[in-house]
Amino acid sequence: MEKHAEPCIEFRNAAVQRGGRTIWSEGTFAIERGTVTAIVGTNGAGKTTMIDVELGLLPLCHGSVTVLGCPAGQSNSRIGYVPQNYMDDVDSNVTVSQSVLLGLTGTRFGFHRVTRQQKDAVASIIEFVGLGGKEHMRLNELSGGLRQRAAIAQALVSHPDLLLLDEPLANLDLASQSAIVELFAQLNREWGMTIQIVSHDLNMLLPILTGAVYLLDGHPHYSGMSTVLDSDLLTHLYGTKVEVVTTPQGDMFVTPNPDVEPAGHGDGTLDASEAATFFRQHYAYAHAHSSGTGAQTAGTAAHEAKED
Amino acid sequence: MTTFTFNHDWWQLLTGSFMQNALIAGVLIALAAGAMGYFTITRRSTFAAHALAHIGLPGATGAVLLGLPVSWGMGLFALGGALAIGALGKRASQREIATGTTLAFATGLGLFFARMSSSATKQMQSILFGSILTISRSELLGFAIFDAVLLLILAFAYRPLLFSSLNEQVAQAKGVPVRLMGLVYMALMAGVITVATPAVGTLLVFALVVTPSATAIMMTRSPFSAMVCSALLCLGSIWGGLALAAMFPFPPSFIIVTISSALWLAVRLITGRNQH
Repeated sequence: MEKHAEPCIEFRNAAVQRGGRTIWSEGTFAIERGTVTAIVGTNGAGKTTMIDVELGLLPLCHGSVTVLGCPAGQSNSRIGYVPQNYMDDVDSNVTVSQSVLLGLTGTRFGFHRVTRQQKDAVASIIEFVGLGGKEHMRLNELSGGLRQRAAIAQALVSHPDLLLLDEPLANLDLASQSAIVELFAQLNREWGMTIQIVSHDLNMLLPILTGAVYLLDGHPHYSGMSTVLDSDLLTHLYGTKVEVVTTPQGDMFVTPNPDVEPAGHGDGTLDASEAATFFRQHYAYAHAHSSGTGAQTAGTAAHEAKED
Repeated sequence: MTTFTFNHDWWQLLTGSFMQNALIAGVLIALAAGAMGYFTITRRSTFAAHALAHIGLPGATGAVLLGLPVSWGMGLFALGGALAIGALGKRASQREIATGTTLAFATGLGLFFARMSSSATKQMQSILFGSILTISRSELLGFAIFDAVLLLILAFAYRPLLFSSLNEQVAQAKGVPVRLMGLVYMALMAGVITVATPAVGTLLVFALVVTPSATAIMMTRSPFSAMVCSALLCLGSIWGGLALAAMFPFPPSFIIVTISSALWLAVRLITGRNQH
């Protein structure tokens, strides 16, 4: 992947308030292009607020935020955005392809015909997210996992440079979660897309993350995975005892309670450098064998359509 | 008490000049309600739409009090209420307690104005329950002009309005002026309510503006086909109501609302869809 000199997102001493209350402050960090970053923190720490700031929907009360080389809010046409529970409350009859098309044409006033090019773009992105054959299903006929794909397709259809997602894995079963994570990995790998994911659960994302922004004690910090996967940090972050464990195969996960960890998982806690080594091994593996995890999950998608 | 008698001259009654205005009004109401009902459901603003009719009530009785056309007062009050709700944003239209309280107060105020003059008291029944048979030529002209403006605005703002109705957060991030879209929607809705109210009255207007669209949404797979289908269902309800009212001694409003509701129930049972 080529290196851009300029970071994708840059916070400089940023602080934000909602209703007179400071949500977080002193945020200074930069996120490089082509990375996959998680935004983690407890409930109410201001994870969604951070997305709002990056989109320019909420002004800072101090400092600055630059996104894709412009002040936040000025390059939103190059950002794909998927809010939390995005399409779950759609109370209408729109189909997958109509909804995705709005990602291309939804901001245009006036009288326009849908061009051949736009139709092709919609069809190919629907195929890409694994909804091929379901173009004409209504959003409310899809399962949660497939609806999330439809939401991501709408965000991707304009080929953005940055993808922002708020809790994209919430309320999904395990198969759907891993399918969505694989989709992110593929986007990052094949399109070189920068992805930022708000998540309260790191485990599913661990194999694809470059780093994380963690909201701790009212301040956002960025760090690479080696530092984030530190038990003490995670314990502090979530306010409950958190352990980083690894399987003999090199898979890692974060667990809030070491007493309930499944048998055969090595000897429990790792220190940060050990964790980083394991992570890098896994990450390198995931990149070298790009279709490795995808092959397992591609089949599950087809079975996700609602029965009723 | 009226007896249940069949009128054998119903066709003559229906095709007579007396019915003509009502039949034309049906077309104009169906066009407006069909197009806007879809957005009302997609925006989840059905209760706000219903409330507009009640907010219009004191305007209607107040207009009678001042000797002005009912539609003027109705439209003015509904527009004021619409802009107030619209200015508070889309989420405000879902604030059911505030909307419901305003609705109740407005209805009470409507009654107060009506009691201040005997002519308003006489018209109260037709304002509440409709009087499609008494629609005048000049009212029809006003409806037609409104329909033309409505369809033009909808065609021009179709995509941003649909986008902000379906996915407000993303539409806003992508630069759609969602506040403005909310105001435009509410202002147009005030007009639709004003146009539809003479047919069935403020109390029953929900069944004409929202119910056919809900039925249409269950039957179709695109916004445009839902709007066309909804307009046809609305027209069917009004014309069917007029025809049956010509045959039997029932008030047209009752039959119009019955047809609209029965269609909704039937389609809902057939499609087995869990929509509200």
